[in-house]
Amino acid sequence: MDNIAGTKSSLKWAAQLSVVILVGLWLFPTVGLLVSSFRTADQIASSGWWKALFAQEKTETYRAADPSEQVQQGAVYVIEGQLFDAGSGAVISDFATSSREIGAYQAGEVAELKDGATVTVSEDGHYRMESPVPFEGRGQRLFVTAETPPEFTLDNYRKVLLSGDSTDSLAKAFFNTLTVTIPATVIPIVVAAFAAYALAWMDFPGRALLIAAVVGLLVVPLQLALIPLLKLHLAVGIGKGYLGVWLAHTGFGLPLAIYLLRNYMVGLPRDIIENARVDGATEFQIFTKIILPLSFPALASFAIFQFLWTWNDLLVALVFLIDATGETTVMTKQIVELLGTRGGNWEILATAAFVSIAVPLAVFFAMQKYLVRGLLAGSVK
Amino acid sequence: MHPAILGLLTIVIGVGACVGYFYFSNLFLDKVLFPPKGPNAGRNINRANMIRPWLFLLPALFALGLYLAYPVVETIRLSLTDRDQGGAFVGLANYSQMLGEPKFWEAMRNNMLWLIVVPALSTAFGLLVAQLTDRLAWGNFAKSLIFMPMAISFVGAAVIWKLVYDARPPGTEQIGVLNALYIWFGGTEPQQWLTLPFWNNFFLMIVLVWIQTGFAMVILSAALRGIPEETVEAAIVDGANPFQIFFQIKVPQIMGTIVVVWTTITIVVLKVFDIVFAMTNGQWETQVLANYMYDKLFRASDWGVGSAAAMVIMLLVTPILVWNVYNARKEMR
Repeated sequence: MDNIAGTKSSLKWAAQLSVVILVGLWLFPTVGLLVSSFRTADQIASSGWWKALFAQEKTETYRAADPSEQVQQGAVYVIEGQLFDAGSGAVISDFATSSREIGAYQAGEVAELKDGATVTVSEDGHYRMESPVPFEGRGQRLFVTAETPPEFTLDNYRKVLLSGDSTDSLAKAFFNTLTVTIPATVIPIVVAAFAAYALAWMDFPGRALLIAAVVGLLVVPLQLALIPLLKLHLAVGIGKGYLGVWLAHTGFGLPLAIYLLRNYMVGLPRDIIENARVDGATEFQIFTKIILPLSFPALASFAIFQFLWTWNDLLVALVFLIDATGETTVMTKQIVELLGTRGGNWEILATAAFVSIAVPLAVFFAMQKYLVRGLLAGSVK
Repeated sequence: MHPAILGLLTIVIGVGACVGYFYFSNLFLDKVLFPPKGPNAGRNINRANMIRPWLFLLPALFALGLYLAYPVVETIRLSLTDRDQGGAFVGLANYSQMLGEPKFWEAMRNNMLWLIVVPALSTAFGLLVAQLTDRLAWGNFAKSLIFMPMAISFVGAAVIWKLVYDARPPGTEQIGVLNALYIWFGGTEPQQWLTLPFWNNFFLMIVLVWIQTGFAMVILSAALRGIPEETVEAAIVDGANPFQIFFQIKVPQIMGTIVVVWTTITIVVLKVFDIVFAMTNGQWETQVLANYMYDKLFRASDWGVGSAAAMVIMLLVTPILVWNVYNARKEMR
């Protein structure tokens, strides 16, 4: 079809270009978060993340060492030091001693201070102040314009994952999320698989009605379930906690699970199942030995859906899991809290958000094939 | 006990109990209740086969009934009672109270905006990407990148987009892309995008469009592949240009799928909660129904009005529910 009439090459190029632009637009926000998570708070606050990838010129204020550190060399008093941290790689183009005349001296030139004192700043950030009389007061302020190479740090991740700081540390919430997710993914699969088999391959009155009911329940908003079930959980003593959230996720995930698995199982070849029946296999054996292994793609599809959904969920956790002590907080909830209390601390926010989306992204890229297959089977045709 | 161990135990116990239940109930049925041997073997087999489906279905039916069907009924009941009066029946008082609140109408207006804008834009972008990448060598790669936001939580997306919308005081360097572009194109003052009444709704919607486009693209892309080649070839032979082929040959053939995508996204939109909750919490006139309901339930502790709001969401979903059930039944026949 590539060379057929009607396909113009200019149109092809336009298509390519549009796709590049669209993909760029779609990636841009996420990349911004990723890049920001590797920058220090100062860097994030002083320039857009898109500039972090290039060397940038900026003017910053430093203070030379305190006069108490001066040394006498012959007739002159000297203060020497280094403005930058080791290995920063910044290159100074000019400097000034007053905020009103930024850029007054080129790097390496000598600037006059009062009382005959002088200061010079070299390109690498080394400075030397000399004076015939002892320095007094506070350290001299230096306004330095420097070209700083891109700089990235893992400190944010260290802080968010390892620090143990109660507001910033996500480590506990990470494990809480995992604790919610895994049983909430596995249990509905088991329950749904049996039900789906019955709905697909067993004949009984009311089957069509049940399938229709499952399709209907597929779209019931879970908002309706919040209050009645919370009341129920409190009444029967489950209260707020893991058990409650596991049960809730199981209930909410079942319609999709049954629907997906049934649709898949119905498509399995009839011969295999009938042969097994003729050979005397029980229904239970047919299910575990034939249906389950053959349904692996559908099981995987649903497992990914349910995993992504429970991992990313906020509402169900807020209602059924997180109690007043906050011991069982999950990552989504903690990030919402950070948004409130640390709205300006982008380095913490970006890193926390990236930690929480890293796992789903890994699952997504590793098992995309099954996710797509599930989506195609799951949307009601 | 450490929650992780508790979690592992739960998996083992939960899965074990499920499998055990299925195994032993089947065993009981086959060996004890109706063994397929002896004088009544034939009758027993038939009876066992009548009971077995219900054994397989029981746990699922129980969970579905308790966690989805019962709440619908219970929510209707709660919406007609008042918590402060000890759950006394108050008729439609909650509904009339809700209808008298400006916040409710703000949520309704915004939800209607969401309902129009998000499915339309997501489907349009999804269709566009699906068509553009259809015969592209690196199409699958491009698609998986656009699909990626599907894996990101609404909360994560909220953080990502808050950075995009960030505003710094005038005169300082802007770290939010939108304000940086705005200044670069000659804007004078950086804008607090999320606090601009009315327009901020659209800035929230963009987040959901960004997430849902991937979904629309995947489904529509498969539908485009399913179009019979002959129809396209015939159109080319007849001298149709690429735009005519797209709009007059391809789109009509996948109309059914477009409707499915549209309705599926509509349902997501009706339930949208996390994005608003995390980004504005309904302030600055961005309230939506799901967040309004959450406010009523857990901040104002007004279960009656909260349930009434939930019923409004249910009411809005119902046409789609009926349509889906109707279609599913049609397909099974």
